[in-house]
Amino acid sequence: MPLTPERLQDAYRQMLVIRKFEETIRNLYQQGKIRGSFHPCVGQEATAVGGCWAVRKDDYMTCTYRGHGQALAKGLDVRAAMAEMLGKSTGCSKGKGGSMHFTDPSVGLLGANAIVAAGVPHAAGAALASQLQKKDNVALAYFGEGAVNQGVFLESLNLAVIWKLPLILICENNLYSEMTPSHETTSVVETHKRADGFGFESIQVDGNDVEAMYNAVESAAAKARAGGGPIYIEAMTYRLWGHMMGDPEIYRTKEEVAKAKENEPIVRCGKRLLELGCTADDLTRLDSEAEAIIADALQFAESSAVPEPADAFTDVFI
Amino acid sequence: MPNITYAQALNEALREEMKVDPRIFLMGEDIGHHGGIFRVTKDLIDEFGAERVRDTPISESSFVGVGIGAAMAGMRPVVELLFMDFALVAADQIVNQAAKLRYMSGGTVSIPMVVRAQQGGGRGNGAQHSQSFESWLAQVPGLIIVAPSTPADAKGLLKSSIRDGNPVIFIEHKLLYNTKGDVPEGDYSIPIGKAEVKRDGRDITIVSYSRTLLFALEAAETLSQKGIEAEVIDLRTIEPLDMNTILESVKGTGRLLIVHEAHSNCGLGAEIIARMYEQAPDTLIMPPRRLGAKHVPIPVAESLENAVLPQTSDIIQAVEAMF
Repeated sequence: MPLTPERLQDAYRQMLVIRKFEETIRNLYQQGKIRGSFHPCVGQEATAVGGCWAVRKDDYMTCTYRGHGQALAKGLDVRAAMAEMLGKSTGCSKGKGGSMHFTDPSVGLLGANAIVAAGVPHAAGAALASQLQKKDNVALAYFGEGAVNQGVFLESLNLAVIWKLPLILICENNLYSEMTPSHETTSVVETHKRADGFGFESIQVDGNDVEAMYNAVESAAAKARAGGGPIYIEAMTYRLWGHMMGDPEIYRTKEEVAKAKENEPIVRCGKRLLELGCTADDLTRLDSEAEAIIADALQFAESSAVPEPADAFTDVFI
Repeated sequence: MPNITYAQALNEALREEMKVDPRIFLMGEDIGHHGGIFRVTKDLIDEFGAERVRDTPISESSFVGVGIGAAMAGMRPVVELLFMDFALVAADQIVNQAAKLRYMSGGTVSIPMVVRAQQGGGRGNGAQHSQSFESWLAQVPGLIIVAPSTPADAKGLLKSSIRDGNPVIFIEHKLLYNTKGDVPEGDYSIPIGKAEVKRDGRDITIVSYSRTLLFALEAAETLSQKGIEAEVIDLRTIEPLDMNTILESVKGTGRLLIVHEAHSNCGLGAEIIARMYEQAPDTLIMPPRRLGAKHVPIPVAESLENAVLPQTSDIIQAVEAMF
């Protein structure tokens, strides 16, 4: 199903929900209401929405700590996500996982991970399960280009090809591995070329174009569902904020970031909607709808109870 | 009762469980047509096919990770590590992932996966193929750890481990595979978390498991001729630890010796002694002792390896020193 102009409006609103979610978290963080670290995905909303919307709810997905957008796009309830950030008992992990571990298997979200490549074999395993169960589910694994130098990533590429897994690897290449330019630390920084070397079918797409992202993942999923094996998608994007709260961003110039803002996915999607016949009022309405979803989630999260100390001792074993 | 080897007992457990539960599949190096280096998966590929008895590349972190993902998606993987030493190659997937994903998800996912591996020395395999890791692994909340010593326990505990629903580290010993024992006919299982008194005695409690359990039983026979009756407890499960069976036994004997092949330093023996003092210090008539590998890597030459790993003679000596 192509991303029709009507659905593109929904995608625009979904990207705004993600953007506003991250902005709200930043505010809460600055107020000292968020514990631990927060790794924002601002600027990378199109890879999340384009990718996750191109597959089914019962398809699997893993991602990393920069995965708030992907989790929400896959269907994680915004209220449960916000409550988890605030360490509430109504959070998706009852306050036990926090920012880096959003999980909801009911929407196929097998977990965000704090180890950059660790979720890749999990997605491969879910893809293997689908293959063994003779189902047509596919698995998406999101990771950054900073993950391609971990051994388990390279091992998983090999496994996916030899077992012809229905697996779609999505590398969000945002040019920086944490706080270091990736070209300084990566032998072949165009990561899809590495995947080629493993025998993957691979493509590079404009990750800030939600339609391009959607189309790439949709056709990859069709191929994988039909038993055609894994596909590697390198989505070129840009992280507009720092690696995490407190990142002084000495590795790039303000000019570079300002220039990247001209190409950021929400601005671009807005322009595209105007071309397709939407009015400025339509965009304002979509913005207000996203705002309301976030306000509701924040109200829900703030009014939720904190977990009881005794809850620390449950959910270890089944 | 059929008298079969430890390896055959494990093979039967896998075969019987795979027959009744299509979610179970096996992954590991050389487990298919080769049947595993210790023959535990012998002929299973003929019965269940290469899809369910799956040879892997030498990529421990990814295939343990694949097991985790498959488990979250409704399968029951049984993953074999060729040597327990390679658990360190897959340490992130075992420690940071398998053990924690359920907790970090607030109980919304579960990892019903068994990781089987043989460990231990006595065969001259050297420092990277002879280690025992149960004390390390027991430090990680979220893992169940079992270590059977007999064929019957091996079969019954492997069945329980596969059915359990949690990540289980199933510890075998390379020198137990060819040992024989009576194994009940038909379907049975041994409960996880339950130790067993393998020999009754009134004078001292010896706690052990895996291969050193056989040494403890051997030592107990010699000690009996010298007038010391040792009660020998086989822990069978390391985590959760069945402290009650130990406390009950020491109530009768007043003396406690723990024997394991893992290094003594910061080991399970120390843990059991600490719990003993926390929970029932008054039942001890003298300070308890522990025997484990001495604090050096495991050497190859027989004379060296025997000097490092606890032997039957060391157990006899340790017990006699307590009288």
